[in-house]
Amino acid sequence: MAFLEIRDLYKTIAGADILKGIDITLDKGGFLVLVGPSGCGKSTLLNTVAGLTDVTKGDIVIDGEIVNDLHPSKRDIAMVFQSYALYPNMTVEGNIAFALEMRGVPKSERDEAVRAAAKTLQIEHLLKRRPSQLSGGQRQRVAMGRALVRKPRVFLFDEPLSNLDAKLRVEMRAEIKRLHRDTGATIVYVTHDQIEAMTMATKIAVLKEGIVQQVGSPEEIYRRPANLFVADFMGSPAMNLLEGKVVTNGAERAIEFAGSGSDGPIRLAMPSSVRETTFVDGQSVILGIRPEAITDRGLTDPEATTVSIVDALVDLVEPTGSDTFVVTKIAGKEITARVRSDVDARAGETFQFAFNLDKAVVFDPKTTKRLA
Amino acid sequence: MSAAATSVSPGSARFARYFIYATLVIFALIYLLPLFVMIITSLKPLDEIRSGNMLALPQAPSLDAWFKAWGTACVGVNCTGISGYFWNSIKMVIPAVAISTILGALNGYVLTKWRFPGHKLVFGMMLFACFIPFQAVLIPMARVLGEIGLSNTTAGLVLVHVVYGLGFTTLFFRNYYEAFPDELIKAAQMDGAGFFKIFWRILLPSSGPIIVVTVIYQFTNIWNDFLFGVSFASGGGAPMTVALNNLVSSSTGVKEYNVDMAAAMFAALPTLIVYVVAGRYFVRGLMAGAVKG
Ligand SMILES: Nc1ncnc2c1ncn2[C@@H]1O[C@H](COP(=O)(O)OP(=O)(O)OP(=O)(O)O)[C@@H](O)[C@H]1O
Ligand SMILES: [Mg+2]
Repeated sequence: MAFLEIRDLYKTIAGADILKGIDITLDKGGFLVLVGPSGCGKSTLLNTVAGLTDVTKGDIVIDGEIVNDLHPSKRDIAMVFQSYALYPNMTVEGNIAFALEMRGVPKSERDEAVRAAAKTLQIEHLLKRRPSQLSGGQRQRVAMGRALVRKPRVFLFDEPLSNLDAKLRVEMRAEIKRLHRDTGATIVYVTHDQIEAMTMATKIAVLKEGIVQQVGSPEEIYRRPANLFVADFMGSPAMNLLEGKVVTNGAERAIEFAGSGSDGPIRLAMPSSVRETTFVDGQSVILGIRPEAITDRGLTDPEATTVSIVDALVDLVEPTGSDTFVVTKIAGKEITARVRSDVDARAGETFQFAFNLDKAVVFDPKTTKRLA
Repeated sequence: MSAAATSVSPGSARFARYFIYATLVIFALIYLLPLFVMIITSLKPLDEIRSGNMLALPQAPSLDAWFKAWGTACVGVNCTGISGYFWNSIKMVIPAVAISTILGALNGYVLTKWRFPGHKLVFGMMLFACFIPFQAVLIPMARVLGEIGLSNTTAGLVLVHVVYGLGFTTLFFRNYYEAFPDELIKAAQMDGAGFFKIFWRILLPSSGPIIVVTVIYQFTNIWNDFLFGVSFASGGGAPMTVALNNLVSSSTGVKEYNVDMAAAMFAALPTLIVYVVAGRYFVRGLMAGAVKG
């Protein structure tokens, strides 16, 4: 049974519907990441779970108990805020021990717990300092220590790494992941960094304007996005989305795209994911294909069953070191392909792209939903 | 300033600077002059005051006038000095400042961190209280004090000053707490701290500058108040300011300027001390408020 359940949750603030029927469940020990563009309601959702704002309609259920009317301190939830929210007038030790003190835990036990948490986070040498004397990364650790020391049923993180520089962020990301593995904690984590989402989550929920677009494992979200929004939002560089028409190519169906300039139309085989779907000739579809599924011929997956080879003019070459992104135009849209770094692709020249259509998905342009 | 300095020659820039400093010094002297006259006059005997120059230093400084003002000068018909009235003022100012500051802090806390429907209206009305002139509240206030039996008492004066000061102290604290991060309150709530625990443990320890500003502001206003004092507490319960007025205007025989000045110094001393001790924080607190808006 799910440990944390959000059931048909609505939240209205000042007459505006911020959350519109959220349904998410999370198992004990799971790591749920909420992603979505700014203002989509991630923090609001987290606040309702924490009890810092009340819900307009729907239920928050923890371990089988509806907690809608339970005060935040009674929910046994700890939260790490984006600004860390460390108490400026207390030492690090005081900050970490505060929750225990409020719960009437005796001093000796408190000290013990603070030491243990500090040890886990390697901040033992900072215990006597005040928050203003700490670096960003250290503050972040203290904020985590404050949550950790309570051993709560659920941890909530609201963009905890967004104030850190890139290197520290990668470090802390690994640390949170390790913490999750070691403690088996149940975590809800908000971010709009999709790499964070992909690397840490056991489950991702993509939100847009207060509506859940898709809930699933990182792999599901990445491989089989439920709609165009999710396809475009997750992944960097973004998934290539090409509008074309269904045509019959001998016995097989294919998708035809307008060529660029003087070139004729381009045909790609029907992706494997929609083998069973019925199409009519001339039907508009949007093909979604990740950059790593468009490669040079040599890098093509030997297992692939459906590959189309396309000659196209190279617009731009972006080497990243490990591999190279090649940008071309098909049907008037920029397409990014990911090729080996030692492949000789030059802007202004023609290049042979291999489209691995086993890894492509197809969307209906009207409903924006993925066709299965 | 620096742009102007670079556009002119170094010599004239220095001259401009000297000119500014000289002006500042002159104005400072003008402001300090009355204090200087008060002090030297209080240290001179009466003959010397009548015959000599007002600005001349005393030939044989003595504290006689100070002792007389404190212990034996006649205020109205009682010749027991101003000491009793001084303590009246102390007994009025300390509770009045403490209560109005604490209530202002609580109001500010509620108006920013525990908002309720209509909080804007309530704050608006409290702000309005800051602009009501003293004279407008005299008669209603006298009625109220009479009804609750606090006429002519120090407790009554304390009540008046607390009520009148509440608008200001609330304004100070509200603006200060407005800039205080809400997330800290949320974090404390999740940590299990209640309304007063959050106030006491999180908010108040971070309120040093604004407490200093409020205390100085309230202390000076309440200590220096004359109108409320003369209206609601005449006679033996009168505060220092009222007694000083009575002392100076007591027309028994010759005018003892040295005693008057000494008494005035006693009246001014507490506010002076408060400024000297906490003035630095006062300026800092005002600046902090100004920057955070
Ligand atoms: N107190 C409030 N009054 C009115 N609208 C609010 C209030 N708080 C939040 N909102 C609105 O609710 C929406 C969701 O806000 P929320 O803070 O949950 O977004 P978010 O997904 O966390 O965004 P971000 O990624 O920028 O943190 C926003 O459009 C915001 O304007
Ligand atoms: Mg947010």
